[in-house]
Amino acid sequence: MKTNLQVFCKGIVDVSPFMIPVVPFGLIFGILAIDIGFSPLATMGMSLIIFGGASQIVLIQLFSGGASSLIIISSVGAVNSRHLLYGAVISEHVSDLKLIWKIIISYFLIDQAFALSNQYFKKNQDKNKYFHLIGGGVTCWVIWQSSTVLGIILGESIPEKLGLSFAVPLTFLALLVNDFRKIINVIVMITSGLIATLGYDYIPYKAYVIVAALAGLCVALILTKNKKNYD
Amino acid sequence: MTEWALIIYCGLITFLTRFSMVALLKKEMFNDRVREVLSYVPTAIFPAIIFPAIFLDNSGSILIEDNPKILAAIIATGIGIFTRNIIATIFSGLASYWFLIFVV
Repeated sequence: MKTNLQVFCKGIVDVSPFMIPVVPFGLIFGILAIDIGFSPLATMGMSLIIFGGASQIVLIQLFSGGASSLIIISSVGAVNSRHLLYGAVISEHVSDLKLIWKIIISYFLIDQAFALSNQYFKKNQDKNKYFHLIGGGVTCWVIWQSSTVLGIILGESIPEKLGLSFAVPLTFLALLVNDFRKIINVIVMITSGLIATLGYDYIPYKAYVIVAALAGLCVALILTKNKKNYD
Repeated sequence: MTEWALIIYCGLITFLTRFSMVALLKKEMFNDRVREVLSYVPTAIFPAIIFPAIFLDNSGSILIEDNPKILAAIIATGIGIFTRNIIATIFSGLASYWFLIFVV
């Protein structure tokens, strides 16, 4: 069995390529928050307390639009509802751990770390495999906090024209490279993507992500069931 | 509500969505069928983030014509299918996007 440190480092190595777009995302968040009128301290507080890019962007966007606190909090909840599914997937692998580890793991349960550690968990049965997720999560945490600081300092000196925000969907695309050759996965992807795009304006509270994801899972439920019948 | 109270509430709800399932679900609740469907979670969620970021403009309207992100995403997908390489996928997408907006 590998040592805790080795598994932790494997998490760092696996998640690293996906950290490239986190830098511009953190920069953009820092710049936007200051631009909207949050103090540097409050901007930093958001990255430390919330530690979720999409949640933080939604918070400041709605805040600047004058939305009520209740709308803001429920929208952040809706954007985050995908984490319920991440938690459901991960829970099987961490159910024997102490509560304190479950709390630590939950704080670090972000998109990239989830996707890569989920793959690692499936291939490894060691008791300390959860250190992989902590390694990936800590890596993202350090990069997210430092890029927020940079965004606060640099302000608007970074040209918007570079279109660095495009790196965000590209990262998620790269997380799916192993899916493109499987027909069921492709159908699920197209279903979810189309519903999210078409429903973006019509589904309230930015809940389009979870609505589209649940529709995609329903399609997966049906298609995998049929697949068994034909086998 | 003060700015800080709002930040703390948003932090709490973010944490609770991550923590609740980890805390509530037990190993015994899983069987092969549940595992099979849950294995599609990344496949079902990520396109819901990818598609709107590519096909919608800043105001949330669908933008098909004169949208370099679509072609750049198609190139990145193609590179992804053939190489299955993460870095190649991200960089081919960014490089073709910059080529389309700065050179073409």
